[in-house]
Amino acid sequence: MTVNHSLSDGLVRIELQGELGHHEAITAMQRINEIIEVHLPRRVQLDLAGLSFMDSSGIAVVMRTLRGCRDIGAALSLQGTPQQARRVLSAAGVDKVVDIK
Amino acid sequence: MKNIINEFTVRFPSRSANESFARSAAAAFVAQLDPTVEELYDIKTAVSEAVTNCIVHGYRDTLGSISMTVRLYENGTAEIIVRDRGCGIDDVKLAREPMFTTGGADRSGMGFTIMESFMDKLSVRSVAGWGTTVKMSKRLTRREAK
Ligand SMILES: Nc1ncnc2c1ncn2[C@@H]1O[C@H](COP(=O)(O)OP(=O)(O)OP(=O)(O)O)[C@@H](O)[C@H]1O
Ligand SMILES: [Mg+2]
Repeated sequence: MTVNHSLSDGLVRIELQGELGHHEAITAMQRINEIIEVHLPRRVQLDLAGLSFMDSSGIAVVMRTLRGCRDIGAALSLQGTPQQARRVLSAAGVDKVVDIK
Repeated sequence: MKNIINEFTVRFPSRSANESFARSAAAAFVAQLDPTVEELYDIKTAVSEAVTNCIVHGYRDTLGSISMTVRLYENGTAEIIVRDRGCGIDDVKLAREPMFTTGGADRSGMGFTIMESFMDKLSVRSVAGWGTTVKMSKRLTRREAK
């Protein structure tokens, strides 16, 4: 799992790559929190296009990212979500609280 | 389901590094039935949930052994059995409810719900103090009848 980010004008784009299960979730969450806390963006885009696999551990990562964004008044959206990850997120109703693209 | 045409069992310690191995091994074996890519992902996801539960909950504060059996049936059904000898579940019915979790903020309580919706059948047998066995199966649409 790798976590990269890029910045432009109040927007932080965070790219997740590889598999996101329980083994990878703690590191991913720490990196995402750091990036958000350092840059205090107005908008956060979580780019999931590089995810080859995600399970319920990823649901918790998305929900905690959402909470972190709300704490600083930032808007969160998911980008490039692969079909498998989308099905996992929808099964948990995450699509009702986050904009999933 | 009738006749078993192939099966394998693996046993591995409850280290999180083995989650990826377990789900990939199950999917690679089930690929013999020539399922669709989406069905393979369903299997992978369900196995990941079951194995992660053994590691995160069953052996919460210890290291233990997990066994996984994958069986393929003549009619195109894949059956997966994941077993731990960990702490067990007090109330299985409650544990299977969506969003029920004893895992705090790191967990969403959706593992069983995902196993249920991604597989055709799910049974959970557990004895507090003795461990948990999760058995699930899915009938695969074979892309080409052989
Ligand atoms: N193998 C197991 N051993 C002991 N308890 C278990 C086991 N599997 C599940 N449980 C119990 O059942 C609850 C629900 O499991 P489920 O997989 O649905 O959600 P979760 O693991 O808490 O969260 P998520 O799977 O979304 O990360 C767990 O919180 C735990 O209390
Ligand atoms: Mg779980």
